[in-house]
Amino acid sequence: MRYSGFRVFTQGLRGNTGWTPAWRKPAPKPAYDIVIIGGGGHGLSTAYYLAKNHGLKNIAVLEKGYLGGGNVGRNTTIVRANYFLPGNQEFYSHSLKLWEGLEGELNYNVMHSQRGLINLFHSDGQRDAFARRGNAMLAQGDDAILLDREGVRKHLPYLDFEQTRFPIYGGLYHPRGGTARHDAVAWGYARGADRRGVDLIENCEVTGIDIQNGKVTGVQTTRGPIRAKKVAMVAAGRSGQVAAMAGMRLPIESHILQAFVTEGLKPVIDHVVSFGMGHFYISQSDKGGLVFGGDLDFYASYAARGNLPMVEHVMEAGMTLMPMIGRAKVLRSWGGIMDMSPDGSPIIDKTGVEGLYVNCGWNYGGFKAVPASGYCLAHLIATDQPHPVAARFRLDRFRTGRGLMDEEGTGSQHNLH
Amino acid sequence: MRIPCPCCGSRDRREFTYYGAAVFLDRPAPDAGLEAWDGYLHLRDNPAGVTRDLWYHDPCAAWIEVERDTLTHRILSTHLVEDAAAALRAARPEAQP
Amino acid sequence: MTQSHRIPGRGQIDRARPVRFRFDGTLYEGFQGDTLASALLANGVRLMARSFKYHRPRGVMTAGAEDPSALVEVIEGNQQTPNVRASVQEIYEGLEARSQNRMGPLSFDLLAVNDRLSPFFSAGFYYKTFMWPRAFWERIYEPAIRRAAGLGSLSGHHDEGVYEKAWAHCDLLVIGSGPTGLIAALTAARAGADVILAEDDARMGGRLLSDGGEIDGQPARDWAAGVLTELAGLRNVRLMPRTAVTGAYDDGTFGALERVGLHRAPDAELPRECFWRIHARRAILAAGALERPIAHPDNDRPGVMMASGLHSYVSRWGVNPGRVVLFSNNDSGLATARALTAQGIEVAAYVDPREIPVTEDFPVYAGAQVTGTRGRLGLKTVEVRHKGGTSQIEARTLGLAGGWNPTLHLTCHMNGRPDWSDAIAAFVPRDGMVPGLAAAGAARGVFSTAGCLADGVAVAAEALNALGFKTPGAKIPQAEDAPYAIAPLWAVDAGGRAWLDFANDVTTKDVKLAAQEGYASVEHMKRYTTQGMAPDQGKTSNVAALAVLAEATGREIPQTGTTTFRPPFVPVSIAAMGAGGRGQGFAPKRLLTSDAKTRAMGAPMIEAGLWYRPSYFPRAGETTWREACDREVTMVREAVGVCDVSTLGKIDVQGADAGRFLDLVYTNAMSTLAVGRARYGLMLREDGMVMDDGTCARLGEGQFLITTTTAAAGLVMRHMDFVHQAFCADWDVRFISVTESWAQFAVAGPKARAVLAAVCTLPDLPFMGCAPVSVGGVAGRVFRISFSGELGYEVAVPTRYGAALFDRLLAAAEAEGGGAYGMEALNVLRVEKGFLTHAEIHGRVTADDVGLGKMVSAKKDCIGKPASQRPGLTEAGREQLVGLMPVDRGDSLSAGAHLFNQHDAPTRENDQGYVTSVAPSATLGMWLGLGFLKDGRARHGEVIRLEDGLRGKKVRVRVVDPVFFDPDGGRMRG
Repeated sequence: MRYSGFRVFTQGLRGNTGWTPAWRKPAPKPAYDIVIIGGGGHGLSTAYYLAKNHGLKNIAVLEKGYLGGGNVGRNTTIVRANYFLPGNQEFYSHSLKLWEGLEGELNYNVMHSQRGLINLFHSDGQRDAFARRGNAMLAQGDDAILLDREGVRKHLPYLDFEQTRFPIYGGLYHPRGGTARHDAVAWGYARGADRRGVDLIENCEVTGIDIQNGKVTGVQTTRGPIRAKKVAMVAAGRSGQVAAMAGMRLPIESHILQAFVTEGLKPVIDHVVSFGMGHFYISQSDKGGLVFGGDLDFYASYAARGNLPMVEHVMEAGMTLMPMIGRAKVLRSWGGIMDMSPDGSPIIDKTGVEGLYVNCGWNYGGFKAVPASGYCLAHLIATDQPHPVAARFRLDRFRTGRGLMDEEGTGSQHNLH
Repeated sequence: MRIPCPCCGSRDRREFTYYGAAVFLDRPAPDAGLEAWDGYLHLRDNPAGVTRDLWYHDPCAAWIEVERDTLTHRILSTHLVEDAAAALRAARPEAQP
Repeated sequence: MTQSHRIPGRGQIDRARPVRFRFDGTLYEGFQGDTLASALLANGVRLMARSFKYHRPRGVMTAGAEDPSALVEVIEGNQQTPNVRASVQEIYEGLEARSQNRMGPLSFDLLAVNDRLSPFFSAGFYYKTFMWPRAFWERIYEPAIRRAAGLGSLSGHHDEGVYEKAWAHCDLLVIGSGPTGLIAALTAARAGADVILAEDDARMGGRLLSDGGEIDGQPARDWAAGVLTELAGLRNVRLMPRTAVTGAYDDGTFGALERVGLHRAPDAELPRECFWRIHARRAILAAGALERPIAHPDNDRPGVMMASGLHSYVSRWGVNPGRVVLFSNNDSGLATARALTAQGIEVAAYVDPREIPVTEDFPVYAGAQVTGTRGRLGLKTVEVRHKGGTSQIEARTLGLAGGWNPTLHLTCHMNGRPDWSDAIAAFVPRDGMVPGLAAAGAARGVFSTAGCLADGVAVAAEALNALGFKTPGAKIPQAEDAPYAIAPLWAVDAGGRAWLDFANDVTTKDVKLAAQEGYASVEHMKRYTTQGMAPDQGKTSNVAALAVLAEATGREIPQTGTTTFRPPFVPVSIAAMGAGGRGQGFAPKRLLTSDAKTRAMGAPMIEAGLWYRPSYFPRAGETTWREACDREVTMVREAVGVCDVSTLGKIDVQGADAGRFLDLVYTNAMSTLAVGRARYGLMLREDGMVMDDGTCARLGEGQFLITTTTAAAGLVMRHMDFVHQAFCADWDVRFISVTESWAQFAVAGPKARAVLAAVCTLPDLPFMGCAPVSVGGVAGRVFRISFSGELGYEVAVPTRYGAALFDRLLAAAEAEGGGAYGMEALNVLRVEKGFLTHAEIHGRVTADDVGLGKMVSAKKDCIGKPASQRPGLTEAGREQLVGLMPVDRGDSLSAGAHLFNQHDAPTRENDQGYVTSVAPSATLGMWLGLGFLKDGRARHGEVIRLEDGLRGKKVRVRVVDPVFFDPDGGRMRG
């Protein structure tokens, strides 16, 4: 069923009785050409692009819970293409372009809002680093504007320019950066993939990966064995457990990242504001809640919940930067399980097992990658060649030291960023 | 979250700095090769369950190995890295720096 | 100001203390002890708010923090607090509150047109439209949606309120002060445990304040007062009213929000709120239960409320609700009807779907249901479908008693899922969902007062036992033990719109539509309809919505899913949890011993990590930083300059194996260093990248003093502790940070010796020599090292002498035609010499990348060496440190610019590198740059293009060696 304003109107007149399910609830078939483990944003978009770009039909997405139940439904919804290292640059640039056409592509309003993102800086050294980043963005063909203090004040007059602990020197403005409605992205891709014949199978946990003679042959699940010619592991924070079923260890540690939302407020923050010095970033959802977050809790965890030290640190950062939000009340906090890679950049690659692919290492930035991640993994699965914009996301870069992408410069080694 | 420091007793998490899996104590020989160093620096079991990891108690400067459950955050035991490392070295004298 | 709806003489308010306040500009009077909601109700005001989506008129529905509807703004001058619950906000003299989320007056909200359009605003409609044309989203649709959405407004001004954070520790934290909490706290307190009793309400007592019946033969309120008096007299008990426990975290840590001053006129001395971190060895959740509504058509009008809320407003605040209809599916609703009747309230109808005997003092409609209501801005009539047909019953208040949900929220904060209990048609906590936290009483589904008292004693005894306290055999007080007898009724099937989630305007139709469209898992339903996402977080709606979803999908409730809750239990202001962060409080400040003098000299201070350092020292007639910087650079090159370098990290390393240890952490050998000599050193991270640089001086056979960069001081200390404890704890080496113990000053320039001679007897030191020195009788140290390329010394004294030494050095320098120099000049001096800072060693470079590959000793292992030898870090094509000079000497350079071959387009594919540092060199009369260039060391002499698209700059630059000035180092060695 195609969605449109007209359809909303006519359905409204008929008591909304004619809406049909957004996707089917198929039972798993005994065999597929391609099985994707993980029904989050990346898994769903992979299935979608396999069907759309490569004309493949016989595909299943296996999800142990409900579709979109992982990080795609619990993030701060930021969409941007402001990286400065080759590899990340071209990939996120490609992703942003996909975002820009996503509503039309999916016939689903994911509310991609290019409201502009501003990264603040607080010293000459930070300005130089952001200038380097901005110039890299321009070289990539993306947009970046270096704002001085007065330029920031024009956009964000409510910041505390007088008393804040780290004075605001300026900001790197990325006008095409913004936000999107996170759940809608998962649902939109799910619906799109379903319409192209992909079987989306919920409540189906993979319990084993079948490998014969170095080649993948299928998976064991809580809903029975499923044969497959190709299998992709797209399990984000749970990648380690899935890879272990194939006898692999990944360069991944799973960490908690907390995020917060306040009660609804009338419009007060129109941009995405990022305060790196305080590990704080914030935007306001269309519904009115302030959505914000900070740094990792910093300990390996699968608990999907955090502790007070980081909660308080994030709130303190908000108070030093923009004390006008002080009386907004936090309604809910939650934690996502982040698949942290050593250099903070992702992996989309083949594995040592023929027909087995891996997509992981999204750290705290997987949401904005959802379109391009699926696009590129689909390309890899369908053609066995990496897509050019994801060619650097190799699994062996840590072993060889070739093409490390440590954007933060804190070390291509665990627990340093 | 509170962690029992073997030197100082139960202390709030704010006093600690985290450093990841305790495999980091098992430093390969310098010439052990790319695979061994990749395993040491990058590859992780990343267990959903009981793990051993390294924490630094900033006030007393003790590195601590913590046995912990990553699903529940329950702490099962803690001891000084000094002791854990001594045991490792005794088992693998060739890895002495 | 009439308080037209106050029952004379009733309620626990202080009638001797009238309080005047304003709501939407109208002046009202209430009494001390009133909440905003109770005072408005007493004044006959039922309309308090507009709903989120349809802008339906709304009133208060409960008497607690869970209220989904009556949210208002509280105004204090230019400060404004949105989304304040009228049912929680106590009134004070001068309180000014205002309704929110309306366009026009509250009684005629123009956005109520949304209510007429509701057929087109079904669940998730926005995912299906507003897509065309694409460009309209940011420009038209989204701004309109944003304006219509949201609830209250922030003022836009900085929050000037005072907030605090605090810590507390106890043996037992008791959460909630109803019968269960009181008896549990009393039991523990008498056993000698340190007890904190936290209660969200301004008054302790919980339901006993409203409808407790009798305990031990006295009114329940009086019994509660007696217990509280005893608790207040015990030294091991802390009573914390107005304190909501907001979250359960690991290892017995709880967050709690205390409303310290919010019930009083703003007072600069009193914090508005205090956020507590409570560490409790054990905790008891005695938070009671929350009553739930029944979804029937138009069940959201002002005047419709929970039966328990109604009961509280009558008993505790003496509000006259007018004619009342009660719609109940359980005996607690029936008990409320009886109690209200006993207090003289006219119960026009008691409506119950159960077949109950009709033997009451009020009209009972058994086997009946409420099927609708009327009254645009407030309830006028209630439609009841009963055995005799359908009646319209005039009523001013409708009380809904749909059963009780245990207040188990805190038990879910660690992601534990509760169990479904058919007996009470509600979720109940399982044991151990939060380690150390046990639910008791109504919070685990024990609803009678007698049951709560017994459970409170039993659970307290278990906790005390675990804590090692002996519990005296306690007598459990006598109280009512009435059955609950619920027959679940979630939604009335009578057409129309029946609200589940009042706060987000989610009706039963929305939940059914979600199921119809396949959003059938409970998480999908919630996200699709937004049920449970509003300020009340589904406290009144989650279970009923789940039940409606279960029915719509043909499943039982336990198969459909559970509810879960995340912190905080009640909304917490950012300011409270962020208390202390405002302004300068966010991070500690570190000040140099020369700070006061430096500021007195007019130097602008800049942040260097947590430190403050002088940017430059302006002199009369200088109008720009450049003038001062140029002068200071020339001063150092031609005379002498003094600079406070105390921010560098300093670590004192001692022991017989100290040299051996330093060999392991530095790339180069330090064990071979002679006593009295210093060496430049490089440390790598274990991933092979440069971590930090600094000097290492051997003060004695078994003593080294190493320096780190300002930024990496803590990191290096931790790293060294790790290397020591993990790899060589048995070596004889100990070290400690002495950064704060020593003040250290650089004295640089051709006349440095004369300046040093003025403060000490300068030993004859070779370049990179060090020695103890007496500075005016104080034991100090002098190092002959240079970060400027000039003849240079650093002289150190214990911190308490730093300010005095700085003054004397300054005076001596001025006598030689020199003076102080700041960070700008320091940067120019070091760029001229090609010395590194973290702009270059930014974490992605190897020693070889920065031209220091030879410093990695081939003779020994060191941390980071094996990984630095990976092929990707050693092969051709890496970006290497180079110097950059403008071909046209007049051109300026900019850091952050990228490098391209002269005729290449500025694209990623053509990118050759980037500029890390630039400096206007007064010495060479041109801008100089340091940067990284692909295979740069082989490209010296090449002319390339520096391009800074952000600032519209394109400059032809020549690639040169990074050491621009005095490449042989003759000046600093001289």
